Formats: sequence, C-alpha cells, structure tokens
Amino acid sequence: MSDTVTMEVLRYRPEEETEPTYESFEVPVQPEWMILDGLNHIKDQLDGSLSYRWACRMGVCGSCGMLVNGRPVLTCATYMESLLPGPIRVEPLRGFPVIRDLVGDITDFMGKLAAVKPYIVREEEKPVEEGEYLQTPEELAEYKQYSMCINCMLCYSACPIYRIEPDFIGPAAIALAQRYNLDSRDEGAQERMDVLSQHAGIWGCTLVGECSEVCPKDVDPAGAIQRYKVSATVDFFKSVLMPWRKE
Amino acid sequence: MDTRVHDVLLVGGGGAGLRAAIAVAETNPGLSVAVVSKVYPMRSHTVSAEGGAAAVVRDEDSLEAHAYDTISGGDWLCDQDAVEAFVREATREMVQLEHWGCPWSRQPDGRIATRPFGGMKIERTWYAADKTGFHMLHALFQTTLRYPPIKRYDEFFVTRLLVDDGRCQGVVALEVATGKVQALLAKAVILCSGGGGKVFPFTTNANIKTGDGMAMAYQSGAPLKDMEFVQYHPTGLPFTGILITEAARAEGGWLLNKDGYRYLQDYDLGTPSPTPVKRSMELGPRDRLSQAFVAESKAGRAIPTPYGDVVHLDVRHLGEAVIDKKIPFVRELCLKYQKLDPVKEMIPVRPVVHYMMGGVATDLDGATPVAGLFAAGEVACVSINGANRLGSNSLTELLVFGARAGRAAARFAGAQPDPSSALVAQAADEERRLHRDFLGRTDGTERVADIRSEMQQAMEAGAGIYRDEESIQVAATKVAALRQRFRRVALQDSSRTFNTELVSALELSNLLDLAEVILASAAARRESRGAHQRTDFPERDDEGFLAHTMARQGEDGRPRIEFDPVTITTWPPGERVYGR
Repeated sequence: MSDTVTMEVLRYRPEEETEPTYESFEVPVQPEWMILDGLNHIKDQLDGSLSYRWACRMGVCGSCGMLVNGRPVLTCATYMESLLPGPIRVEPLRGFPVIRDLVGDITDFMGKLAAVKPYIVREEEKPVEEGEYLQTPEELAEYKQYSMCINCMLCYSACPIYRIEPDFIGPAAIALAQRYNLDSRDEGAQERMDVLSQHAGIWGCTLVGECSEVCPKDVDPAGAIQRYKVSATVDFFKSVLMPWRKE
Repeated sequence: MDTRVHDVLLVGGGGAGLRAAIAVAETNPGLSVAVVSKVYPMRSHTVSAEGGAAAVVRDEDSLEAHAYDTISGGDWLCDQDAVEAFVREATREMVQLEHWGCPWSRQPDGRIATRPFGGMKIERTWYAADKTGFHMLHALFQTTLRYPPIKRYDEFFVTRLLVDDGRCQGVVALEVATGKVQALLAKAVILCSGGGGKVFPFTTNANIKTGDGMAMAYQSGAPLKDMEFVQYHPTGLPFTGILITEAARAEGGWLLNKDGYRYLQDYDLGTPSPTPVKRSMELGPRDRLSQAFVAESKAGRAIPTPYGDVVHLDVRHLGEAVIDKKIPFVRELCLKYQKLDPVKEMIPVRPVVHYMMGGVATDLDGATPVAGLFAAGEVACVSINGANRLGSNSLTELLVFGARAGRAAARFAGAQPDPSSALVAQAADEERRLHRDFLGRTDGTERVADIRSEMQQAMEAGAGIYRDEESIQVAATKVAALRQRFRRVALQDSSRTFNTELVSALELSNLLDLAEVILASAAARRESRGAHQRTDFPERDDEGFLAHTMARQGEDGRPRIEFDPVTITTWPPGERVYGR
C-alpha cells in the first residue's frame, strides 16, 4: 500500500461559481510519479471534471506549467515525492486569466511572441538551390541558448513586472527576439529593436532574475534582457551622438 | 451556428500542418488558409522528436542509396515512386528549413553536420543536437508568423469532416475554451493530425496522439492503409515510455543484456565493434531490434523491473563531453525522469510504441480518394515507410509531403466553387449529437478512463510486437465489447468551458476505431513482414502479401479489408541484410 498525499487543487468553473475554490484530493504517491501523474490520477479515478493541459510528459511541449506550492514549474517534471508530506497546492500559472480550473488564457503571450518578429529577416534571401547559409558551431553557440525556449510561460508567471505592467512584452518574447538578433543568418535586429522599444516596461525590469531562476530549460531570459538593454542603450547614444550612423 | 469560410483548412498544427500551410500561402497568396489544432501548434508532438531528419547531403551519398535503405528498411512494402519523390525533394526541404532559421548542428566550417542512424548505410541524418523535432517545429511555427494569410484556430477540436456530394468541404470543430461548435467550411482540407500511439498503453507518444484524423477520414469513406504496422522503438525508459533517441546508439551507445553482453550479435545483426558500424548491430532497424529484445527477454537474459523487463543502453564510454555535445537531452531526460546520470550509469530501456507506418491512403500529392481531402505526415500513408520506418525519415517526410499536399490543395482549392450551404445543416446535426451522446446524457455508467485503459491493455496483448490469429481475435472481441460499453459512457463534466473530459471521450471514440482497424488489418495479413510479426505465419510471403491492406468502413460500421498492389519501380523484393 503506497502512501498518500493531499493535493489541494484550484477549481474554477465559471458556469457554476464566480470565485475560485480549492478542492482536496487524497492521491497515492509512487516514487516515479510527477505532479502531473497525481493530476491524472484525480482525473481518471476521482473526478473527471478537473481541467488542465498536458501533452508530451517529457518536458518539451511546454503545456503543463502550473503553480505548485506557489512556485511556477512544469508539472510533468516535478516529483510528488519531493514535496512530501504535503499538502501539495496546485494552481494555474499566475499572471494569466483563468479560463477554467488549472487552465490559463495565453492569448496575450501568443500576441507578444508574434510581435517580436521571431523569424529570419533578410534584405535578400539566398535561393534554396544554392544550399545552406554557412554557420560555424561558434556562431550557432551565440544564440543556441535562447533557441531552447519551450514557451511554457513559467517566466511570465514569475515576473514581478509582468504582474503590474501587463504591456511588458516579457522574458520569453525578449529572449526569442535575441535568439534571432544573435543568429548570423539574420538581419532583423533593428526591426525588432523598434518593436521592443515601443513596448512598455522593459526599462522597468530590475533584473532580479526570477525568470531565469524558474526557466526549466536554462534559457536565461534575464541575460537576454540585459543584453538587449545594453544594445538598446548603445543604439540610443549612437542615434543621438552619431545621427548619420542610423539608417 | 457560427460558420467560417476559408479556402484551405489544415487539421493539425505540427510539422506537416505548418509546412503545408506555408506551401499553400506561397503557392497562392490570395488563398485564405487556416490551421485548426486541438493544441497550440508548438505543443504538437513533432516537438518530441529527437534524433534527426534524413536527407542526402554528403558527397559519398546518393539518392539511390537513401531510397534503397528506406525500401529495404520497409521490408519492400514502400511504394517506390513515393520513396523516389521523397529522397529527391528531401534535401531541398531541409535546406529550406535551414533558411527559415532551424538551428541545425554544424561542421567546423559551417556546413550542415550529419550523423549515422539506424538502417542507414551512409550518414545523412541532419540534427539539431538531440532536440531536432523541437527546433523544427518552433522554426516552422515562428516562420508561419511571417505569412499574414495563415490564420489559426488554436485549441479547436475537429469532431468530423464535412463531406457533401463526394467532396470534403470543411470540418466541424469544437472550440475547447467555450464549448462552441463551429462549422469551418473550405474548398480543401489537409489532415496533418499525426498518429495514434495512445491506442497502446506504453508509448512515446504524447497524450494528444489519438489518431483523430485517421479515424475521421475512415468515417468519411477514405481507406486506411497498412494499419497493422505499428513501430516499437527499441529504447524507451520503463514506466514513462520516454524515448531515448537512436542518436545515442548512432554516437556509439551499446545495448547490453543482463550479462553485459551485446546480444544483438545473436540476431543476425552483425558482429560487435567498439565504434558504430552502419546498418549493423545497434544501428540495425527498429523492428529487428525490438524483436531481438523480446527473444532476449523470453530467454531470461533481460533485467526484470516493476515496469517489465529491460536491457541496458550503455553510453558511458562516450564520455561526458560527447554526451553533453551530441545527446544532451538524453542526459537531461535520464536525470529528470529516471534519476540516473548516463555519464556514470547504464540506462534501462525497453521497446515502446512509437510510430504508425500506416495511415490515410494518399497519392504522391497527399490527395486521398475523397475529393478535396488531403493528408500528410504520420496521419498519412503514401507510403514511404512500408512495414518499418527508418529513424530520421519521418521528420523529413512531414516536410516533403506537407509541402506537396499544401501545393496540391492550393491548386485544387483555386479551381473549386464555394462550399455548399447544405453543410451547415450537417454541422448543426453534429452539435446535437455532442449534446445527446455526451454533455446532456444522464443515463451513462461507463468511464472514459476505464474503457481507454482496457482497450490499451487488450491491444498490447493482442497486437504487440508479436501477434497470432488467436491473440488478434481475443483483442478484437474485447474491443468490440468496449465499443458497446462506450455507448453508455458518462461524463462527470457537463460544462461547456474547457471540457477536457468531453475531448477525451471524442478521442477515445477515435482510438476505438483505430484499434478495430489495426486488428482487422493484422488479421488479414497472414505473413510476417517488418513490424508485423505473426508467430503463426513467421515468414514473409511476397506471393500472397506483397500488397497494402486497405481498410474501409463497411455499412455495418466494421472494417472491410482489401489489398492494393505495392508500386515497385527499381528495387525488386530482396532479403533484408544487416551487419553482413
């Protein structure tokens, strides 16, 4: 007989209730089980109406981020055992309107992601027939870390700025902009700079680094923001001191 | 009834769907194209692919060599005209993806790097470390944002195809967030919804892999081809089924039994050598490796665990530097999900359901026999994979055939009249059905999770790595009974808002269709070929079965199996030779 733990899960059914509540479930603990396995146990055995998102169960699809005991984590990569004796409180990610139970509305994030033009921008595209753009392993290493973002939004949930300044374009989107800015094949840094500088809040980021702390893929969005600030500052002074340098 | 009209609809936003969407937008920028997906596109299962994508790029390689590896790997069940088109267009597609920003791993001079892969005689597998699918999917998704004509319906679950006058003219979709049922009309529909590994209990497949597109095509009169061929990947982590990529073996990893012996040498797969030899030993094809595991396990030479027998995948001799550079995700997955470090410890692995070679039958342009309905990627069977897919062909397949289907659907849509208004009535019927059978019913007694779990166990027992007449029939009887029980399914969730239990029920219905078709196809193929191994018919029988099974839904709702010829162009059926 395995031990059990109490999972306190946030419930919110907008058709039935106006305020979220917490519901407790007794869930068995097995050494291999993640928080997500506990939620699946609830859904399959105890209450089929519990709603949450998940897909790959291997930490790469980015669907299953939630607050567990107040901390944003991937529920498929957090062992239940590590949180014994409990209770384990599971809530939707902070910073996103709750649609239902543990499901947040990520429309805002999707818009911000698209806004930073996260694709290769070039003056002239080489015909495919001419083969690949050469890119040395060192050039790849320049941006590789920022290309590892799985869009799980844990960083938004941890970000103190995003909470008070919803216009803030946010850690993952800035990291993604930097991913392309630093790619040797790309020429779109200026366009992205223009986009980023139009958005509020970047200068408010105090670089406390909570985003990088919770990132499950070590993308280091705080580092990306720091690099962005430096290049934006240089860009600003260049445009003031050397206006002829700005195209 | 809320109705939207587009020119081309993509069902599924994984690699194939996104590649197809871009192809539509580039072929005819005037067309309205929309991607309908039950998850946000970057959650699609392409994201989990690890090892790489094959395309001829090295000087010593040739299209013919890639074709031969693919066809012999598929145990001569591939349609060779499809394979020829595939290898011919593969490199161009891969370079295109490079231009779209995919962070392929590189050689020191900046050119694309390649690695060996199972069943491939020459190195032709491009890779982005060991997160190839993740990088391909994100590069594709981000690139679609460049194309304003590409609209998205994120988290819309398609419940049926709208077919009128013999022509597919759209879909009915449930908006998961609101529970609203919508008719999405279109002049062409491309299914890119992936496979259905969740028919089985132990799979690398994401929870979302429920064969929805296959089942809906089947319900709409399109045949499902070669559905008995289900690939077991030889190296999954016990309990979770998480995939440990073939790249681990391509970089030099060994498979060892409980005695530390490289047992594959006893299964006509070659002789051990300290460094990897292509088309040999650990770089043999997946079907043969998974079958060797079963024999080893039966002989008592595997290692028992609470989650079944395992063998060991040993990469320790590669050293930390190579592991971190070439297969960092393997290390990450082992540390996180198996609590072990492959730099210091051996990885326990066992065969795990991974991929469906079969799918909706299409021509080389992704067109199905239902006018206006196309398919590409794992949902489709064109067939380049035959009886056993080679690792690193599927990621390339979704590019080549996603693009082909997109171009063909764009041309088709450009020449069609507007969708018929009669379809809106069909969509309204569908809304009533969802209410009657699921949301509004009060007399149900059966639970989705119970039926799903019993189906999965029955399929593993009856149609696993080895099957025979009796095991298949036992499973078929069980699945038929589960189908009856499904009619009495009860949802605990009657909400309209983000009702994931309703989605699960609809997915289960699709899975039950797939299970039935897999079993009927497996029963009809009385031979052993590739991933379909019948203990009662252990030999390949080219006289009787060098043919595709084609499953169509009969009047009684049951699958009817016919055989279609295999297209042979250049390579007559021969012996599959590995390691000698």
